[in-house]
Amino acid sequence: MSNSILSIENLQVNYGGIEAVKGISFSVPEGEIVTLIGANGAGKSSTLRTIAGLVKPKGGSITYMGEDITGKDPTTIVTKGITLVPEGRRIFPDLTVKENLKLGAYTRKDDLTDDINWVYDLFPRLKEREWQAGGTLSGGEQQMLAVGRALMSRPKIMMMDEPSLGLAPLVVRGIFDIIKEVNKQGVTVLLIEQNANMALKTAHKGYVLETGRITMSGTGAQLLADESVKAAYLGT
Amino acid sequence: MENTNTKRTVLVTTVCLLVLFALVIALEQMIAPTSKWAMLLTVIKKGSVYALVAVSMNLLNGFTGLFSLGQAGFMLLGAYTYAIFTIPVENRTAVYQYFDGGIIQFCLPWIIALLLAGVVAAFFAYLIGLPVLRLKSDYLAIATLGFAEIIRAICQWDKLGPITNGSNVLKSYTRFNSFKIDLGGTTISLATLAPVAIAAVCILVIVLLINSSYGRAFKAIRDDEIAAEAMGINLFKHKQLAFCTSSFFAGIGGAMLAMFAGTVQATQFKSAMTYEFLLIVVIGGMGSITGSTLASFLFIAASEWWLRGLDMGKFLGIEAPDIFRNGFRLVVFSVIIMIFVLFFRKGIMGTKELPDLFKRRKKAEKEAAE
Repeated sequence: MSNSILSIENLQVNYGGIEAVKGISFSVPEGEIVTLIGANGAGKSSTLRTIAGLVKPKGGSITYMGEDITGKDPTTIVTKGITLVPEGRRIFPDLTVKENLKLGAYTRKDDLTDDINWVYDLFPRLKEREWQAGGTLSGGEQQMLAVGRALMSRPKIMMMDEPSLGLAPLVVRGIFDIIKEVNKQGVTVLLIEQNANMALKTAHKGYVLETGRITMSGTGAQLLADESVKAAYLGT
Repeated sequence: MENTNTKRTVLVTTVCLLVLFALVIALEQMIAPTSKWAMLLTVIKKGSVYALVAVSMNLLNGFTGLFSLGQAGFMLLGAYTYAIFTIPVENRTAVYQYFDGGIIQFCLPWIIALLLAGVVAAFFAYLIGLPVLRLKSDYLAIATLGFAEIIRAICQWDKLGPITNGSNVLKSYTRFNSFKIDLGGTTISLATLAPVAIAAVCILVIVLLINSSYGRAFKAIRDDEIAAEAMGINLFKHKQLAFCTSSFFAGIGGAMLAMFAGTVQATQFKSAMTYEFLLIVVIGGMGSITGSTLASFLFIAASEWWLRGLDMGKFLGIEAPDIFRNGFRLVVFSVIIMIFVLFFRKGIMGTKELPDLFKRRKKAEKEAAE
């Protein structure tokens, strides 16, 4: 068992009176791709948003590299090395590709030239579009930009909220290739997806989330082969 | 390579500014107060003041995406601060005639009073920002508008008379017209250079802020708050910074308006004034400093000069005293604005700046050469 870089203990998240996450526990081993799958409203996004510090949890704890980061503000959490690629990409449409990337590194004060070149090596398409406004990119390119922007903060963990949302199947495959590539470069990935098939094929470890609770866990291959997962999420 | 680029930009900017200043001084010497071009000087003076305030409003509305309508309130704070502290002690009994000469019995140099005007406006912005900046869009607009009205009412309050002179006029402080230098017997008036220079320096500071990493963060907040927060940008801190900076320069703009007009009275700073600036920002282009500056001068020139004939019975050689009478100017003005809003949705400049225009021309030339 490799040591986990991030572990969630009995996390609870409420929106007003609505319980979105009802006490879940899971861990993310360093250097792996971990996925949470589940239907709409299962609490996947809430979990990520809470880890990123955008939402304050009602209970439970989040431990990152042996340090309790529960309820810390987003700036601190980004500085510590956890970045969120938000749902729906959310690039800055009126800013150029380069400005978008620079904003990803907002919490850093050192020289960015190497990192920008690193991102351009990963996504040559972004280099071509360097001076274009983010909003003029295609959906797939925007997702590349969102990933590139997240990488600019030099994260140890990159959390991705539904990267396949609204993209054509071929583009989705490209995105998952990118995720694997990023992971190979040493970034731990926590991925949430509705596209369970792609997510489980890519991930080392998976958790199934249903109405705020974890109902199943295992390696990607185990979950892919599981009958109930097949029936509920894979449509076979 | 970037280093030489910045050096070149600095050089070009300095040269442009110096040429501009020299031009303004020359204009001022050439135009006699009685000539029909005298109006041009007024337009330059008032236009500079408006340009600064419009740019400061653009910083908030166009670059940070905070829809605030408190500009007149902050200008009022600036104008009052400036006027109160620069009235010479010997004139105070005359100005504060109903309040026994007021309680402030000292006088600051104009430049310190000008900076103080900005600081006071920024300080109030900080206090108001604490509760108000948690609001968004329309709610923020209503809250800031309400604040501006409250400030105006407080300034006119009788109990504050010894400081603000109640609802009476503040006057006989240092004005633009008192700026002049002696050169071997001939006096050269700097009455036009002063507002142009102050506005240019302030706008330059705003441009530097917008091009810094803070400026990038402002634009990120405008484009997408949630993504900006996910990038680790502290939303509240940056909104507060934009709000205070904008108010600081609005305060300076208010003080300059006081220097231009020669008298200050709280009733000048109605919400209608804020709408004038909102109009300028929209016409110039939300998110374009060049646009705001250009639109300010056009706005002032049109309302103070070019369309005057519409009120006087004679316009463009047509004599029609029945139609062209008092108030007709405003009708025409409204129509022009409507046309602008309908056909130039993004304003004159959109989000482009002056250097962008040259860049595009260079590119086109290069393509033509190939």
